[in-house]
Amino acid sequence: MDPDHHNLKPDPDLRDSPEVSYAGSTEPPQVLMRGIVKRFPGVLANDQVDLEIKRGEIHALLGENGAGKSTLMNILYGVYQPDAGEIFLNGELVSIHTPKDAIELKIGMIHQNFMQITNFTVAENVLLSMKNRHEPFLDIAGATARINRIAESLGFSIDPGAKVSLLSIGDRQRVEIIKALYQQAEILILDEPTSVLTPQGTRDLFRLLDDLIRRGLSVVFITHKLEEIMSVADRVTVLRLGKKVATLNRAETDTRELARLMVGREVLYDIKKEETRLEGEVLRVEDLQVLNRKKLVAVDGVSFSVRRGEIVGIAGVIGNGQSELNAALCGLQPVRGGRVIMNGEDLTNAQPREILKWGVGFIPEDQNDGLLMNQEIWENLILNGHGQPPFADRFGRILFKNAFAYSRELVERYSIKVRSIHSLPRELSGGHRQRLILARELSRNPKLLVAAHPTRGLDVGAEEYIQQQLELGKEQGMGILLISTKLEETMRLSDRIVVMYKGRVMDILDRDEATVEKIGLLMAGVKQ
Amino acid sequence: MENEANNRRRSIWAVLWDNDFLFPVVVVLASFVLGALLMLISGVNPLIAYRALFDASFGSSNSISETMVKACPLLLCGLGTIVAFRCKFWNIGAEGQIYAGGIMAALVGALPLHLPGLVHIPLMILAGAVGGALFAFIPTFLKVKLKINEVITTIMFNYIAIHLVGYLVHGPMKGKGFLPMSEKLPPECCLPRLIPATRFHLGIVIALVTAGVVYFLIWKTVLGYRIRTVGENLTAARLGGINPVSVVIWAGLISGGLAGIAGMVEVGGIQTRLVEGFSPGYGYLAVAVGLVGQLKPLGVVLAAILFGALLSGSNAMQSAVGVPFTIIYVIEGFMIMAISARFMKRRLK
Repeated sequence: MDPDHHNLKPDPDLRDSPEVSYAGSTEPPQVLMRGIVKRFPGVLANDQVDLEIKRGEIHALLGENGAGKSTLMNILYGVYQPDAGEIFLNGELVSIHTPKDAIELKIGMIHQNFMQITNFTVAENVLLSMKNRHEPFLDIAGATARINRIAESLGFSIDPGAKVSLLSIGDRQRVEIIKALYQQAEILILDEPTSVLTPQGTRDLFRLLDDLIRRGLSVVFITHKLEEIMSVADRVTVLRLGKKVATLNRAETDTRELARLMVGREVLYDIKKEETRLEGEVLRVEDLQVLNRKKLVAVDGVSFSVRRGEIVGIAGVIGNGQSELNAALCGLQPVRGGRVIMNGEDLTNAQPREILKWGVGFIPEDQNDGLLMNQEIWENLILNGHGQPPFADRFGRILFKNAFAYSRELVERYSIKVRSIHSLPRELSGGHRQRLILARELSRNPKLLVAAHPTRGLDVGAEEYIQQQLELGKEQGMGILLISTKLEETMRLSDRIVVMYKGRVMDILDRDEATVEKIGLLMAGVKQ
Repeated sequence: MENEANNRRRSIWAVLWDNDFLFPVVVVLASFVLGALLMLISGVNPLIAYRALFDASFGSSNSISETMVKACPLLLCGLGTIVAFRCKFWNIGAEGQIYAGGIMAALVGALPLHLPGLVHIPLMILAGAVGGALFAFIPTFLKVKLKINEVITTIMFNYIAIHLVGYLVHGPMKGKGFLPMSEKLPPECCLPRLIPATRFHLGIVIALVTAGVVYFLIWKTVLGYRIRTVGENLTAARLGGINPVSVVIWAGLISGGLAGIAGMVEVGGIQTRLVEGFSPGYGYLAVAVGLVGQLKPLGVVLAAILFGALLSGSNAMQSAVGVPFTIIYVIEGFMIMAISARFMKRRLK
């Protein structure tokens, strides 16, 4: 038998009787983690966590940010060493000191940020961590043949000689999966694999995962998206604050229960959708053209508008011009053609400081662009108004008393969890950092808020809070441009949705006519 | 999510690495230990050598004065280093700015104004500051307008100023006699000596007061806030309504101005005239002073005194125990290497 073929089907018995893996009582679980404890300075990341993964199942690991999901899996993959606890593979006690050990034990992990060298080819990337018979020479030909065989057996094709930098995100993810299979992995860990995919890409991935478990692999799948679990997982383990809360069969639970377990309380999912009055435009973009850093056209003739009391969402797969659109609206990137009118003022190619004066707030695309990580909380909160009264006198001295009082009030009002206003943002969790930005921007009562990925990487609780605040702002008459890659979010919050593809507006849909199918197709560039 | 660096338990090394005060102190001590090892290898008793070094830099009122005389320009330029580096304007041009300040101060000092020193000396200080600031302005302007790397331009500008002084004292400003120096300044234009029979001059007090002023600037004013914010995160600063161009220009002017005052202090307090090559590289050493002082005014005061002591004591050490004074360079080099490593790791990510 062909050895490659063999490694995709590690257990010939199983092929004929898949139900064995679900019965589970007779054979030991493929992975058993028991009493795992992992401490980081000041944080108990994993507290006596047990996890059992059966052969041939898709096991979802669900939890908020900081619940300890990634830590637990990094322990299984040998990146971290647990402070206490044991790991059994097929009933045998093992110790995994490095990812190399894990690979030898047939565990593969696909990290959120692919560990790839982008100007190497697919084959070169796959070979990276492998020894081969021809050393010190690379066996590119052999690898190419094997990659083709693996891809073929999974029902897709990929060019092993293609440079990784030229592949789509979905293909790059498939390269990682091929790499794991090439290393003969039987247990595949995926860390938030869908965060970079379109709805269609996600569906393709799930189909692929189904295929893999039918070959006898087990899949662990880290996520904080509930709907994904309901559509793909066999079982789900919920972590909260480093502790295991429950392990449930998918069939015996629902999203509401999972959300409650994850957050620890009822989650208010239906934000009330009140009709707000629509008046004057706060943002008008006309035939906008923006170049990206490589001087290529990234935004190509985009026009839309945002009115008072309205949320307009920009939907699209990452990298279709949203980033450049946002940068241009913030005044960070020059506009090549067209106009940007904010609150009636032509602010095309204005500097951010001028745009600020016209009542515009920014939630930057990257949290790091909005925060001074090594400066104190109060210094972050007064950033927008630091040069004027009440924060400075006319001699340019900072009025600390006012700045501190203002900061304390905001910390209180937006429930930002900090030890004091003299703490540093880098000590906060992602959710509270985002609250910090939100507090600063919203407290100025801007007429227009440009919010780029306001909930990216946040857990359900923080996400819910931020979304509520946006809704609240809208009700108070703020116009909000929401740029997000989370389709559910865009659809839930937006009154109108602008779908972008390759720098152009595919269509602008009203909330009522927008469906996932419709938007998904538009995001993929298909217009019916 | 979880930082991999946090994975290791916080060892004593991690604590040391994170502490802005302990780290430089330990590095300085370790550097002296390393120097001692080198002396042992060359058969010299390091205790005797360090004793000689200490006596020559702190042993008498005269030696303390000499240490402070050396520390004074280091401190002024080191404060300039803080202001520039805090907003990531890498001004390596303090040496040239010293010379530019020195030229202006000497010119103003030589003006026949017939004013009392109380007026004339402040005018010279102002002239020195303006000279240094204008000289720093050109590289600053090139940086913000044309994005020309300031490290290269400021270093190149050093040679312009150094050789400009050479030209002036060989030509237009040459005084009587054969030596390449200008005419001596009138006595009321020289900084008064505050301790009799030493060279402890008024400039030292001015430098210490300036340290307080720079502290106030960095931590208590809007400009200081902007300088720190631009250095911490340029995009966040812009989105917060700060104009980084004007902030960097101000920082460049202040940084150069402080170095220019150092030039005035050397001309008015030590040389009493413009002399070819009057700064023995204070401007270059000031970068090290700023870094060892952790870009903090008080730290820079201490670092300036340390480097001043090494400068003033090294010759005495050589004559006392016969160990070449260049061993001091080895010690300084080790300090600078260790401190810069941390600086690059923490501030330049």
